[in-house]
Amino acid sequence: MILKEELKYSKSHEWIALDGDTAVVGLTDYAQSELGDLVFVNLPEVGDTVEAGEVFGDVESVKAVSDVYSPVTGEVTEINEELLDSPELINDDAYEAWFIKVKDVSATEELLTAEEYKAFVESKQE
Amino acid sequence: MLIFEKSRPGRGCDLLPASDVEIYLPEEKDKREQPLHLPELSEGELSRHYTELAKKSHGVNDGFYPLGSCTMKYNPKINEDMASLPGFTEIHPLQPEHTVQGCLEIIGEIENSLCEITGMDRMTLQPAAGAHGEFTGLLLIKAYHESRSDEKRTKILVPDSAHGTNPASAAMAGYKVVSIPSAPDGGVDIEKLREAAGDDVAGLMLTNPNTVGLFDKNILEITDIIHECGGLCYYDGANLNAVMGTVRPGDMGFDVIHLNLHKTFSTPHGGGGPGSGPVGCKEMLSDFLPSYLVEGEETLHLEKPANSIGEMKSFYGNFLVVVKALTYIKTLGREGIPEASRNAVLNANYMMNKLKDLYPMAYDEICMHEFVMSLADLKKKTGISAMDIAKGLLDDGIHPPTMYFPLIVDEALMVEPTETESKETLDDAIAVFRKLYELAETDPEKLHQAPVTTPVTRLDEVNAARHPHLRYAF
Repeated sequence: MILKEELKYSKSHEWIALDGDTAVVGLTDYAQSELGDLVFVNLPEVGDTVEAGEVFGDVESVKAVSDVYSPVTGEVTEINEELLDSPELINDDAYEAWFIKVKDVSATEELLTAEEYKAFVESKQE
Repeated sequence: MLIFEKSRPGRGCDLLPASDVEIYLPEEKDKREQPLHLPELSEGELSRHYTELAKKSHGVNDGFYPLGSCTMKYNPKINEDMASLPGFTEIHPLQPEHTVQGCLEIIGEIENSLCEITGMDRMTLQPAAGAHGEFTGLLLIKAYHESRSDEKRTKILVPDSAHGTNPASAAMAGYKVVSIPSAPDGGVDIEKLREAAGDDVAGLMLTNPNTVGLFDKNILEITDIIHECGGLCYYDGANLNAVMGTVRPGDMGFDVIHLNLHKTFSTPHGGGGPGSGPVGCKEMLSDFLPSYLVEGEETLHLEKPANSIGEMKSFYGNFLVVVKALTYIKTLGREGIPEASRNAVLNANYMMNKLKDLYPMAYDEICMHEFVMSLADLKKKTGISAMDIAKGLLDDGIHPPTMYFPLIVDEALMVEPTETESKETLDDAIAVFRKLYELAETDPEKLHQAPVTTPVTRLDEVNAARHPHLRYAF
């Protein structure tokens, strides 16, 4: 399980890079490895509002479709359109393959540090 | 080889009689710019082509097909005999009612039988299959709330063990879907349901027995909670095969229900079916049903309900499928229907108990018509996943169970043997499952390669999903 110290994590397996009131959100390496080869990604549109704890997109593997939850409340300023054509980028490097950029971040889900997230994932596996 | 690749210009088998009416050709501007790409083959070639395809496929006539929540039971041949009677086939949907009284009688009779089996008051036969039925049922729920000017109800509650079609149908009907977690025992988490229930809830969609093969013991409390908050209860009939003739969704507190005639009532499932997903409801919803319902005592006629939501499909649904289902119901009769269910449950429990020392069960208790095992431990231990076991089954002529569903079970395989399989077939399948488990431990690489005996071997599903070829390029 690859983790990045500088990022924060949600219990629904998203990573988030917070900078003031803007944020970048993606799916954790653990999530992509559990889901397996991803074949389809559904993202919101620029200008959409996302809410902390609410679904903002989904990813589809050969096995199943899974919702992706937003760890923050705010407005989508950019989406990673590359993922729409090449969902495998998420499998290649989950931390490069960001999903959305958000501005005016007003609220966040409970966020974990890399260490806390690692402990959370391990507790679930037992 | 595709049929288009076998095609040769000018070869064909259309021997049309000379026209005895005046020939009218469309004007030049209305004519097709390019000829249609239709394959041209002789009848012999055509016959061989489809026989070859049939040999490559696997159906209930080839072998065991324990696809969970799909009820791939045997389709008795008498169903086909009845559905091919000229009185049912040589008719036109716009024929005057007095000339098709027999067909109307069939529609009326199966409506009565299915209402009796499910505890509903009226039923439409229009929906073409399960998800179409779900959508129809949700529109009934919507029409009901709207008729009472109760417009704040925007949510449909769906347990996280539900079939994926449930949330999809609810979203399509314009509702916001709220997922209700399952309790550790596999049933609906009652406390979470209570929290979600409120005056913004239009209804709950539930499958019972649910997709982990368990009958929810709290079902009366569940439907009560929804009714108390003013919502309606929708029963997904996918798993009715476990309980038909024993308990009725209507008595469990459900207000609207769909059935899958192609699952529970032995009409062809898969391969184009076609399917049939009748929707039944309690009296207070019957005014909203899609047209048409059969009414009348001596002379039957078709009638559109007063506040009908409109047409869900042309005419009367897949009528010949309905004929097959009614044949099945009449063949089994009042005693046979619950007996079929009891045997379905017995077969599932037999298989589960013969496998559970090797394969961990997601919920190790008496199951209904299907059971779910989790291969998470095996995968951790050997690298062999549910997918690998499923592929291995193919080499022994067994259609794999449902894989990776329900989503709440890791590395899930969901097995539904159905009542139409003999003890010998079940014993054979059990032996194959056990052999594959052994192989996973001794020679996992071999299992990664499976299947090797099928017309096509392991497919590159990831590549196929990422870069699908969706049409044939001429």
